[in-house]
Amino acid sequence: MKKIKTEKDLELYRQETIKKNSKFKKIVAVCGGTGCHAYGCKSVKRRFQKELEKNNLLNRVMLKFTGCHGFCERGPIVTIRPENIFYQCVQENDVPEIIKETVLKGRVVKHLLYENLVTKEKIIHTEEIPFYKFQKRLVLGQNGLLEPDKIQDYIAQGGYIALARALKLSGEKIIGIIKNSGLRGRGGGGFPTGRKWEFCRNAKGEIKYIICNCDEGDPGAYMDRSLLEGNPHSVIEGMIIGAFAIGAKEGYIYVRHEYPLACQNAGIAINQARQLGLLGKNILGSGFDFDIKIAKGGGAFVCGESTALINSLEGRIGEPRDKQHLHTTESGLWGEPTNINNVETWANVPLIINSGSEWFYRIGTEKSKGTKIFSLVGKVKNTGLVEVPMGMTLREIIFDIGGGVSDDKKFKAVQTGGPSGGCLPAESLDLPVDYEELSGAGSMMGSGGMIVMDEATCMVDVAKYFLNFLKEESCGKCLPCREGIKRMLEIITDITDGRATEDSLVLLEELTEVVADTSLCGLGKTAPNPVLSTLRYFRNEYESHVKDKKCPAGVCAPLLRYVILADCCKGCGACIKACPYNAISGKLKEVHMINQDICARCGSCQPVCKFDAIQLS
Amino acid sequence: MRDKEVYRILKNHKDNRTALISILQDIQEEFNYLPAKTLKLVSKKLNLKLTDVYSIATFYKSLRLLPQGKHNITLCTGTACHVRGTPKILDEIQSQLGIAPGDTTQDKKFTFNTVNCLGACAIGPVMVINGKYYGHATPIKARQILSNLKRKKIKQ
Repeated sequence: MKKIKTEKDLELYRQETIKKNSKFKKIVAVCGGTGCHAYGCKSVKRRFQKELEKNNLLNRVMLKFTGCHGFCERGPIVTIRPENIFYQCVQENDVPEIIKETVLKGRVVKHLLYENLVTKEKIIHTEEIPFYKFQKRLVLGQNGLLEPDKIQDYIAQGGYIALARALKLSGEKIIGIIKNSGLRGRGGGGFPTGRKWEFCRNAKGEIKYIICNCDEGDPGAYMDRSLLEGNPHSVIEGMIIGAFAIGAKEGYIYVRHEYPLACQNAGIAINQARQLGLLGKNILGSGFDFDIKIAKGGGAFVCGESTALINSLEGRIGEPRDKQHLHTTESGLWGEPTNINNVETWANVPLIINSGSEWFYRIGTEKSKGTKIFSLVGKVKNTGLVEVPMGMTLREIIFDIGGGVSDDKKFKAVQTGGPSGGCLPAESLDLPVDYEELSGAGSMMGSGGMIVMDEATCMVDVAKYFLNFLKEESCGKCLPCREGIKRMLEIITDITDGRATEDSLVLLEELTEVVADTSLCGLGKTAPNPVLSTLRYFRNEYESHVKDKKCPAGVCAPLLRYVILADCCKGCGACIKACPYNAISGKLKEVHMINQDICARCGSCQPVCKFDAIQLS
Repeated sequence: MRDKEVYRILKNHKDNRTALISILQDIQEEFNYLPAKTLKLVSKKLNLKLTDVYSIATFYKSLRLLPQGKHNITLCTGTACHVRGTPKILDEIQSQLGIAPGDTTQDKKFTFNTVNCLGACAIGPVMVINGKYYGHATPIKARQILSNLKRKKIKQ
């Protein structure tokens, strides 16, 4: 591969690629995101390959296996360009029909189209689907257009132009642009990116490092993974620009070990960038040298914390360091100034360099600029990755984009910010989503998990879930976090098991204060948030558990009791078959009984009863 | 045989103490787990205390000290899956196999693990059995799949 040595070379390479691609009249893009993989998109892609070959279409139709399209609920997703036709839930057997009708005759295959949830009208084009219509996909938008393992795709879309521009500017000037854009860290903390870069640039030290944090550990959040898997070059380009501005020669991408595809795609992308001379010595003839290595995480949630991540990179156990007196921008990796940013933050950098800080500054709210990617999951109709401008309300995200609560149940809460965040009730739905508003309401932006909960979710159980998660993930270095979380979990388990007294709540609240005030790192300091926010907004649920020994949502097993209503039971035997514990007995056409000593309160019997005879008492 | 592999891996990392996590990851890839003997070798070669090597091997979840079973059962315990009913599936798998998450059955047939999130929230609750994804899982589905696998075992 010939090296790209100047900005002109880059433009030439781009034009050549576009020319080469112009012979393809149609593009079939099969989504290869994590969600679609689970649905079996690989076999759909293979079938397309086979059928295109069979029909002698390979030189006219381009088949792309792209990154995540975002609308995971409807996978496997296939889009046909230039028309931008959106096909959902595509199975292997649908492929010949798509080729025959859409590719060859330009006709739409109706049964694969998305149907509007309310009007039942079929929608042809991607941009008209409500899920996409209300989004602003600046960062994620390219995911569906390019193949992650093809650098030419990225360059054809205008990739690395921002790098060429940036290399002509001074480091101070670039930092000025990032500062003026108002970009803040997308990993959760929301620290102004430009200022962080400035600290690191001004820090004393010959050697400096930059790190991309892809140790995305929040359960229910997968946007960083989809970005690194689907568009690794946008992250790499951002990192090169950042390294140039800061004066770093070496960078690391720290990837969570559960993300093998992200590791693989980032590795391929780094190699391609190296081969083209976009990484390595004398990048684009600027005299600037920079290279990136990939470090696979060991699988510890705490390693998302910057100092713990650095310890892990140095081959130690991932325990955080004290940041109060010495920040990583002064003394980080191997004791040298180190700048760590999240995947999404890095991916925003080329956009800002290309379109300018003013353009970016105009998007969003007063203090939070640009867009944010959320993984909208849980009890919501349209599960997927959504990118919205800062300041959009929770209601717009959950109901307009997300289509509302699944099974048309009542909305109860939305959890943001992962284990460090909190649960917000229906009254907070009109809250504009930005860093300050979410913190003010007792939650936080976090890295972008947004889990919707309906009336059948017990908020005490949710708090218990997060404490259990944090107990497992606490590194154990400082006592308040290690012991405090464990004791909080014990108290909350007493509450869900029906053993708690009113004193338990008092003790729990006291403990939350101690853990938040005295823990060493962010994990411990924010660990009480799930408890505090549920206590703040759903105190009545805690009180029902404590005083009445009842779980209003019907989740906490020890407080439940399933009974069969004799008037309704027809003795059909469906529940007997469904019970995994053989707790139900009864002769055919006679009223059945649940043996409460054996019953594990799993609830398997309730949905199978056609006569609504099984009820919680 | 084993020593040779470990030496090769160490050499790939230039006997670098700071690459300890990657070294252990590579050893695990080779042997499917971290045999005690290999950890002793690593500590000797890198001039590290054996306790230091073990502290890394036990701190990180991706590293395991015991071999895996024939069938790999993974259950996603992410928040989205949790609110959609994972806990009941977890109970079911535990009672079916008689082991807790992270353990392997005595007959070495099943290893059961939980993960914090698989990123397949749209089809939650999600189970992955021998690499195959099972979406919209329920306790009954889990029981059926496990009993099918158990039956297969007898045939073999």
